[in-house]
Amino acid sequence: MALLDVKGLTIKFGGLTAVSEVDMEIGDNNLVGLIGPNGAGKTTLFNMLTGVYVPTSGKIEFSGERIDGTKTYDITSKKIARTFQNIRLFKDMTVLENVMTSLNYQSKTNLLDCILHTPKQIKEEREMEEKALNFLKIMKLDGKANELAKNLPYGEQRRLEIARALAAEPKLLLLDEPAAGMNPQETAELTEMIRWIKEEFKISVLLIEHDMKLVMNVCEYIYVLSFGEIIAKGEPESIQKNPKVIEAYLGKGA
Amino acid sequence: MTTVDKTSPKTSISKIYMKYIINLIGVAAVYGIVIFLVQRGIIDSYNLRILKSAGIFMIAAFGLNLILGFTGQLTMGHAAFMSIGAYFSAVMTQNFNAPFAISLLVGIIAAGIIAGLIGYPILRLRGDYLAICTLGFGEIIKVVIQNIDYVGGARGMTSIPVKSSFMIIFFCAAACFALLRNLINTTKGRAIKAIREDEIAAEAMGINPTRYKMTAFILGSAMAGLAGGLYAHFNTFIDPVTFNYSKSFDMITYVVLGGMGSLSGTVVGTLLLVILPESLRALAEYRMLIYAVLLVGLMIFRPSGILGTKEITVKGIINLFKKLGGKGKTTANNGKVGE
Amino acid sequence: METLLQQIINGICQGSVYALIAIGYTMVYGIIKLINFAHCDIYMIGAYAGYFAVCTLRFGFTGTLLFAMAACAVLGVTIERIAYKPLRNSPKVTLFITTMGVELLLQNLIKTDFLAGPNTLAFPEIFALETYKFGDVIISNYQIISVLTTIVLSILLQLLVKKTKVGRAMRATSFDRDAAALMGINTNKVISITFAIGSALAGTAGVIVGLLYPKLTPAMGVMPGLKSFVAAVLGGIGVIPGAMVGGVLMGLIETLSKVYISSGFSDAISFSVLIIILLVKPTGLFGKNTREKV
Repeated sequence: MALLDVKGLTIKFGGLTAVSEVDMEIGDNNLVGLIGPNGAGKTTLFNMLTGVYVPTSGKIEFSGERIDGTKTYDITSKKIARTFQNIRLFKDMTVLENVMTSLNYQSKTNLLDCILHTPKQIKEEREMEEKALNFLKIMKLDGKANELAKNLPYGEQRRLEIARALAAEPKLLLLDEPAAGMNPQETAELTEMIRWIKEEFKISVLLIEHDMKLVMNVCEYIYVLSFGEIIAKGEPESIQKNPKVIEAYLGKGA
Repeated sequence: MTTVDKTSPKTSISKIYMKYIINLIGVAAVYGIVIFLVQRGIIDSYNLRILKSAGIFMIAAFGLNLILGFTGQLTMGHAAFMSIGAYFSAVMTQNFNAPFAISLLVGIIAAGIIAGLIGYPILRLRGDYLAICTLGFGEIIKVVIQNIDYVGGARGMTSIPVKSSFMIIFFCAAACFALLRNLINTTKGRAIKAIREDEIAAEAMGINPTRYKMTAFILGSAMAGLAGGLYAHFNTFIDPVTFNYSKSFDMITYVVLGGMGSLSGTVVGTLLLVILPESLRALAEYRMLIYAVLLVGLMIFRPSGILGTKEITVKGIINLFKKLGGKGKTTANNGKVGE
Repeated sequence: METLLQQIINGICQGSVYALIAIGYTMVYGIIKLINFAHCDIYMIGAYAGYFAVCTLRFGFTGTLLFAMAACAVLGVTIERIAYKPLRNSPKVTLFITTMGVELLLQNLIKTDFLAGPNTLAFPEIFALETYKFGDVIISNYQIISVLTTIVLSILLQLLVKKTKVGRAMRATSFDRDAAALMGINTNKVISITFAIGSALAGTAGVIVGLLYPKLTPAMGVMPGLKSFVAAVLGGIGVIPGAMVGGVLMGLIETLSKVYISSGFSDAISFSVLIIILLVKPTGLFGKNTREKV
């Protein structure tokens, strides 16, 4: 059984069909790419997977459970986490606090514990902090744990977003253009990181990216979305040769 | 001079509690100094009264800072929750002869419950719309009280016994400060701050925004309720107009001027803005004019408030003295620097 | 039936004043997303400027109106330049506090003996009051003039916003200030013009109120200001026709609830209507729903 099973997923905004009849399957410990021209509906698909939008029709099954229509904040406990295309960090909080926030949903303390700083709370806090620091280490940010997120350089902000999503301990990690705005060296490092994360945590990754080198390099399977529809899917080699994909990217007659 | 201290994972529990004890001693010391000054006559009864009033509004402003500064929800009806606390506790004292603690408690709970009832439908509104709704509710509460004869209607309630001593006010304020200071460095506190920073991202990280906004709103309003109860038993007279929207605006000013998201900022802001108009009394009719000019000037030159999101801590003060003493090492500064 | 009609007419008169003030709130909000609480005191200054024009300068109605409009426009622009412009990129609440500070400043400025003093002044009669009877319904020439003034100014404003180059610049700036600036629009100038127009309209409202309810106090702006602001939100803040409709609605609700429900609860009823509308349609009657892009 697939980890993520999407069938006939469709969303309409008014008269506009943004995503139409999308079928998608992601297995355990897979690294899957989602590519397509601007405005194809990639982020909209992410938004449906994470409950930001409720699909007009179709269904999303995750670990054998229907999750379409689940509230965004409940998606985290279903073990899906995401990053954002336009970085959305908690800017005036420290790097460490940013990551610790994702661990919140696992917290077993109540309001009173928090107000009184009971031993239980202090213990939990310490465990969370250690866990969070560990994720920072993975993303090579542990040296900046106490800096405010907004003071990080751009590339590190991108990495912090991944660390924050990873800290939610997902089975499926959704990365929305993680390499956007990075220089080639940063992108190369990121590529390695993504690969390593997938192996180390045994999780699946769904990646939206425009950097074809990164996608072809790292993804085991690729879906191509154009005008809201899946126009091709397959291994990187076959996608590169697919005439439909070339047409979608470069236009007819190219 | 300011640090946001982050205990390293290795700190033992006893060491953490040690820190709390040191803070407690610090608070007691401040209290001792004030009492000493009062006994020496350096602070006369008139000035003590101003201090008491500042302490009361500080408690309400702490609550407001939780809602406005930490959760990022602009509410313009905070004074209304003060009035709820004031009326409930005054009625308990006058009509039911309840002990002061019970009166205060009833005021706190009443304010909290009404905040919950109001907050549930309106906290899903964003930004300015929430502000306007809270403003509207504040005025509605005022009008409703004006029309309840049982509590004197528009005439208000008179001759409420004086029970709010400086000691009670001081320790209530210290307790509220400690409560919030503790809260914001925990999972719940981080959730609250994350909502302020980016509601959509917070939601994607598993935080239910409505729930935490409600928590902050109820807790903050309950503090206003406490402040109201103390005010009723300090001023001996309350009427609905005392707690109209201009009082809410005053409190927003205390919080913003001190620095949103800084509790010590609220202390500084409240003390400054309560004491300033009093100290300008000699200027008679120009008093409020100068106050207004200073307020606008301060906002223009210090837009993120006096302290920004920084906190004054015992450690920070010690480090400041060390620095002044030329011994060198400055502290890692974690606070936000005003933009 | 006649009393109902009479109350509706009174409500519309009251509402036309709210509408004039509400337009200023809504225009400023539309362009820089700021709730300008000092706006209600511009209206107060407008009333005092009118008083000065009539008593000292011996102007007629039109002259008084123009004088008050000019004085308020200058004041509005000055305030924006000195107090708001430096804070344009600060947190919203900071700007909001500054507007409250300015409000305090204006009120206390008028209170000084140097200007008007703290006492109530009676607005002089510019021309004789005449009343006309239609059955049991009584309408005064003051009421007619106030409603007419509001209608004429509203139409002029609509024409300005929809048909002129300045209006186009205003709409562009309110849609996206940065993009407008990139397209060569002098957004600072546009913002100044917006403040000038909004303030001028508040000044008009000040003079009209001087006619209808001839009592001037330094705090006279507070309650009408609050209600006009509510009116602006009711109609959909940022939408000019919304402010006009909201203003008239507010006047009607207030007047009718005073007569038919309870005078004590009239304010509470106005605010309840606001809250109910916001809960059902969070952006007001004519507001556009914008969703944050994820």
